[in-house]
Amino acid sequence: MPRPPKAEERTILLDARAMSRALQHMAVEILELAHGTGDLVLIGIQRRGVELAERIAKLLEKEKGAEIPRGALDITLYRDDLGTVGPNPVIGETHIPGDLTDKHAVIVDDVLYTGRTVRAALDELADFGRPKRISLCVLVDRGGRELPIQADVVGTSVKTGPGERVEVQVEELDGRDQVDVIR
Amino acid sequence: MSPAPAILLQGGHVIDPSRDMDGAADVLIQDGKIASVGRGLKAPDGALVRNVKGKVVTPGLVDLHVHLREPGNEDEETVASGARAAAAGGFTAICAMPNTDPVTDNQAAVGFIVRQSGRAALTRVHPIGAVSIGQRGERLAEFGEMVGAGAVAVSDDGKPVASSHLMRTALEYARTFNIPVADHCEDPSLAAGGVMHEGLVSTRLGLKGIPAAAEEIMVARDVLLAELTGGHVHLCHMSARGSVAIIREAKERGIRVTAEVTPHHLTLTDYACEEYDTHAKMNPPLREAADVAALRGALKDGVIDCIASDHAPHAYDEKEAAFDDAPFGVVGLETAFAVAYTELVESGVFTLPELIRRMSTEPARVFRLAGGSLAVGAVADVAVFDTAAKWSVDPTAFHSKSRNTPFAGRALTGRAVLTIVAGAIVHDLDHTGTR
Amino acid sequence: MTPPSPTLGKDLTGLEHMTPEQIRLILDTAEPFKEVSERPIKKVPALRGKTIVNLFFEASTRTRISFEFAEKRLSADTVNVAATGSSVSKGETLVDTARNLEAMRIDMVVIRHPSSGAAEFLGNRIASNVINAGDGKHEHPTQALLDLLTIRDKHGKIEGLKVCLVGDVLHSRVARSNLWGLTKLGAEVAVCGPWTLLPRGIEELGVKVFGRIEEAIEWADVLNVLRLQLERMEKGFIPSVREYYRVFGVTAERLERSPKAITIMHPGPMNRGVEIDSRVADGPHSVILDQVTNGVAVRMAVLYLLAGGRAELADAAKRGAE
Repeated sequence: MPRPPKAEERTILLDARAMSRALQHMAVEILELAHGTGDLVLIGIQRRGVELAERIAKLLEKEKGAEIPRGALDITLYRDDLGTVGPNPVIGETHIPGDLTDKHAVIVDDVLYTGRTVRAALDELADFGRPKRISLCVLVDRGGRELPIQADVVGTSVKTGPGERVEVQVEELDGRDQVDVIR
Repeated sequence: MSPAPAILLQGGHVIDPSRDMDGAADVLIQDGKIASVGRGLKAPDGALVRNVKGKVVTPGLVDLHVHLREPGNEDEETVASGARAAAAGGFTAICAMPNTDPVTDNQAAVGFIVRQSGRAALTRVHPIGAVSIGQRGERLAEFGEMVGAGAVAVSDDGKPVASSHLMRTALEYARTFNIPVADHCEDPSLAAGGVMHEGLVSTRLGLKGIPAAAEEIMVARDVLLAELTGGHVHLCHMSARGSVAIIREAKERGIRVTAEVTPHHLTLTDYACEEYDTHAKMNPPLREAADVAALRGALKDGVIDCIASDHAPHAYDEKEAAFDDAPFGVVGLETAFAVAYTELVESGVFTLPELIRRMSTEPARVFRLAGGSLAVGAVADVAVFDTAAKWSVDPTAFHSKSRNTPFAGRALTGRAVLTIVAGAIVHDLDHTGTR
Repeated sequence: MTPPSPTLGKDLTGLEHMTPEQIRLILDTAEPFKEVSERPIKKVPALRGKTIVNLFFEASTRTRISFEFAEKRLSADTVNVAATGSSVSKGETLVDTARNLEAMRIDMVVIRHPSSGAAEFLGNRIASNVINAGDGKHEHPTQALLDLLTIRDKHGKIEGLKVCLVGDVLHSRVARSNLWGLTKLGAEVAVCGPWTLLPRGIEELGVKVFGRIEEAIEWADVLNVLRLQLERMEKGFIPSVREYYRVFGVTAERLERSPKAITIMHPGPMNRGVEIDSRVADGPHSVILDQVTNGVAVRMAVLYLLAGGRAELADAAKRGAE
């Protein structure tokens, strides 16, 4: 007889205020990284990376007064596990604002874990042009890398094991801002 | 050659429609004839006594419409393998259609079939000669010579006799020899290219249909020509309710028309073609439930005279094709009785004596063949059936060389356990190994 | 060999036995694939390393090219086989072909064949995914799917729309597939044409029948105009092409009599001046070119979905590679 599943243990890593603070200092770090915003393009990875990119872009625009182009990237078709993953992964919208050549593209995602999503995003971006530079900005780095990939800008770090999950909720999609670690 | 020993079939239930007999009796066979039928018969010395308690003893079944592929396609069937299959089905006589390769349209070809039948020494195979040379529908074949060699009827089956003039002359000429002209009723221009019944199912499957009118038109034509000529027309494998109506009216007017229907047309509809199952592809096609009902009613009241199998063997790889490309036809000798018994008698539509009449006495009468009777002095063509036997159709176990049946895997009731032709046993289920 | 996609099954042979959910899944999946065709590099690696054979027993340029683009834009390796069989050898060629493909371990087969049921016949005999690109007069599912997508794009919905299929419905697999797709998604369907070209029993499938094009125009929101093959005249179904145009042609004058802006569709290739006027085909309500664009996206969606993964790893997908 199978045992009932272990009860999940949820720990709040970031509440709404902490998340807001994290996004603010991520925006500051991007500015330092970019030496100005003239050629900056923020690309959010579907799904929640898109909402985070939007927020960071607005913060940057408030700071700098200039419009920051942002786009969305769905990496489903570039996954390296497409043949073994669940049925019909829903493909979200991909929208790249203009040509990326000579631009500084900043990939924005909610959680960095194995690095495979970012690898897929890099492959996909390459099909849209040749950016001058690509940087990676994530809200949570949870360790557990399987590829040699690192984030240039990190909101917060947490050490997690393979049986654990990091769940990011955003107001726009989930009704609240919160990051949980689930064991 | 020493004659076959006498046989006493003891303790069975005898059904002989030729004398309206339906009761317990023994049957004694001697010298190839029915010697005696009655209760408590004694076996003469040296006779073989078979206990047939619980079984039904009938005149051997007669099938007026069978395709044996010899000469020309012996890999599909031969006279011998067909006769063996027929014996297993309880048939003591079958009539072989002439659409062989070359066509059986002359005295020598007819004689060949007769000799092959004799060599096989199983179920009697009566040749049917072609109506026209090569079945090309142009010139009459030599009916007289063919009858002299043993032909019992003429037919261009496989094809219709398209020319009304040729059909008329065939009917008139056949009168001289007192044989029927058996027609495959199909208007060629209406049916051309069709592969199944034209109706809702063919529309959904995207297959070209053969409308019922294609058969009904030729039935009407044949009946009118029989009236004109006074000849005897026999209508092969009826499939449509409209045909039934025309035959009924013709018989009421005294026209010399007889008709047959197959077991599959009495049981299956065009829905059997769904999933493009080529084992449901035959000509004429399976039609609608209303047609099946009309055919059953017609068989019961004698508008249709008899059941005939239209046994049409095909090599397995020919049927393994897209529906359009597969050949028409299914085998039927080894399942005919069981299908008819299960679907018509077990369900209460027919009584067993009615069925035996339609599969034995009537077909013999229609083609004026010996058989269909257990009267004293009649030829000893006898079948014994176990009407309680339940079995599942396994095409790989067929005696026929071909396996193309629409009934594969079907659970049926009723089986021939013993078949006797001219007083000799040609099929004995108990002694032929496991089934 | 690719495992079967749990939502669509192994093969796409027709719309008759599909559920509305399955059809909507394909249409929804086609949307992001439209965007792929707008990129500078029109390629995604989703089907990289998969071998796909385009097995066309009937000559076809546009459908085959559309499939080829779909396959290549998914990074699959494609092989085109044009097999024209004589009517005698057609049957054996199909069985032997199936066995040969199986022996070569092809992942997917796109088949067009003159016999109805050929796609299902092939699908039952090989483990590869089989996609029906048109079998006899039976179905042409990807054409109907792209037609549905085009209608949905134009009208925002399919349910409740009045769609009339005009022309040689009897011989049309496009008509049959459209009939199934439209009725399953809640549209009202009608057919219109000369009685010689309408199939028996079509009313029993829940379809209205119009004997005159004027009646169809009065009723419809969308006309899907089918191609009239010239051999129909040779076989006596219609007396002449000229009469067909005079009586059944979708002309600008006839359309003007309707107060509605009727959407005009055609599976192509068009016989201008036979079933449809040039002015109508090139007019503002024609979505014929959109159909072509959508064709590649729909075919990409079908290939992508059929090549999809295993159900028991669905949760792993949710957790995802982050």
